[in-house]
Amino acid sequence: MYDFAFQTPASVSDAVKMLADDTEAKLLAGGQTFIPVLKQRLNKPSVIVDLNGLGLSGITSAPDKITIGGMTTHNAIMSNPDIQKRIPGLAKMASWIGDTQVRHRGTMGGSLANNDPSACYPTAVLAIGATIVTDQRRIPADEYFQGMFTTALAPEEIVTAIEFPIPEKSNYEKFRNPASRYAMVGVFVAKGPAGIRVAITGAAQDGVFRHTAMEQALATNWSADAIKGIVTPADGLNSDIHASAEYRAHLIGVMTRRAVAGA
Amino acid sequence: MVLQVNGQRVSLSLEPRTSLLDALREYAGLTGTKKGCDRGSCGACTVHIDGRRVVSCLTLAARAQGKAVTTIEGLASGDDLHPMQAAFLHHDAYQCGYCTPGQIMSAVALVQEGHAGSDAEIRENMSGNICRCGAYANIVGAIRDAAGRA
Ligand SMILES: Cc1cc2nc3c(=O)[nH]c(=O)nc-3n(C[C@H](O)[C@H](O)[C@H](O)COP(=O)(O)OP(=O)(O)OC[C@H]3O[C@@H](n4cnc5c(N)ncnc54)[C@H](O)[C@@H]3O)c2cc1C
Ligand code: FES
Ligand code: FES
Repeated sequence: MYDFAFQTPASVSDAVKMLADDTEAKLLAGGQTFIPVLKQRLNKPSVIVDLNGLGLSGITSAPDKITIGGMTTHNAIMSNPDIQKRIPGLAKMASWIGDTQVRHRGTMGGSLANNDPSACYPTAVLAIGATIVTDQRRIPADEYFQGMFTTALAPEEIVTAIEFPIPEKSNYEKFRNPASRYAMVGVFVAKGPAGIRVAITGAAQDGVFRHTAMEQALATNWSADAIKGIVTPADGLNSDIHASAEYRAHLIGVMTRRAVAGA
Repeated sequence: MVLQVNGQRVSLSLEPRTSLLDALREYAGLTGTKKGCDRGSCGACTVHIDGRRVVSCLTLAARAQGKAVTTIEGLASGDDLHPMQAAFLHHDAYQCGYCTPGQIMSAVALVQEGHAGSDAEIRENMSGNICRCGAYANIVGAIRDAAGRA
């Protein structure tokens, strides 16, 4: 790890100013992705700006939505009774991220800013049609994800919260890599204000995507049987030591049927 | 910076990039906490910060300031082992012992979190701690035993 200066801003606007003043400055949330990146010397920030202690963590439940602060940990999300009751698929997802140690520090804002092609949260955000709230604006899920490790965020923009409308049904199924517990394929299904949506992670090179063939079939008939015959083409899917593209294509079908059956 | 480790104030002069793991091992002389992968995958470096288990290799020491850090050295009182330490001894829950401090720190927290209900629950919630020697069966036995007695 290269050396850097460590700054603890007093407010979000203070943090934004630190980023604007120095293009080499970078934000630190839970550090569960960023510290490994720094250790591999893939990034050389001059200043690390700590997002802790700025009041960005917390969960509030309103009649039409649940708002999750950018610095809220996976552990806080999985144990929140409102999320467990109103968006059960999201609580389940958080409880399957990494392991307990990772969940105590990793945050939703950090995961969404990073947009790893196998990260879990992007599927929930896209399928439920959540809104990413930053210090500057509100970004709809449909505009936010722009390919592997790429989002609509500007370099000095901070994710302050994520707003989830309440779906009528939601569920997540994930085929976990047995060692790392990352998604080899993860599928989020939702029936809600954004319509019927199926979002997939871990499978495609560009990261999260919507499976429109599954969505159309589920719109006529919300059942695992309705999507039984749908074959997902393997073109453009990832092949690595863990699974071939064909295997991932098959897993998408199995995981989606399980997610619908359990929703 | 000043860290609070096992109830004691430790004053250290560290670069901002120092991980809590390196601060403990290389600067505070507390070598009980082990470095396995140094990237969050193995759990050998598990410690508690304000009672919650975290991997110290992915925590900057600077971020632990003002918080209570507990390491394996802080569990026993004098010669009296913590019940989890005693259970690991009793069940022979290790071979080489390298992963053991992390396993024990994780196990103590797991019982406090209320996740020792069944063997399956113990296994799922110990998933962040890898044992290269494969002592898992006896680790689960030790945790089940210590949880029952706690
Ligand atoms: C062993 C292990 C297993 C894991 N398994 C999974 C898994 O199964 N599924 C999964 O989805 N993830 C998994 N993760 C990743 C984990 O969820 C991370 O916590 C998450 O990807 C990053 O969150 P963080 O808070 O740690 O962010 P950091 O690592 O601190 O930051 C990540 C990046 O986002 C930027 N950033 C952080 N917060 C903000 C913000 N509020 N606004 C703008 N930019 C910001 C940072 O500058 C940095 O570039 C795993 C990690 C580990 C170590
Ligand atoms: S050394 Fe920290 S998790 Fe492996
Ligand atoms: S006892 Fe050797 S690694 Fe666990």
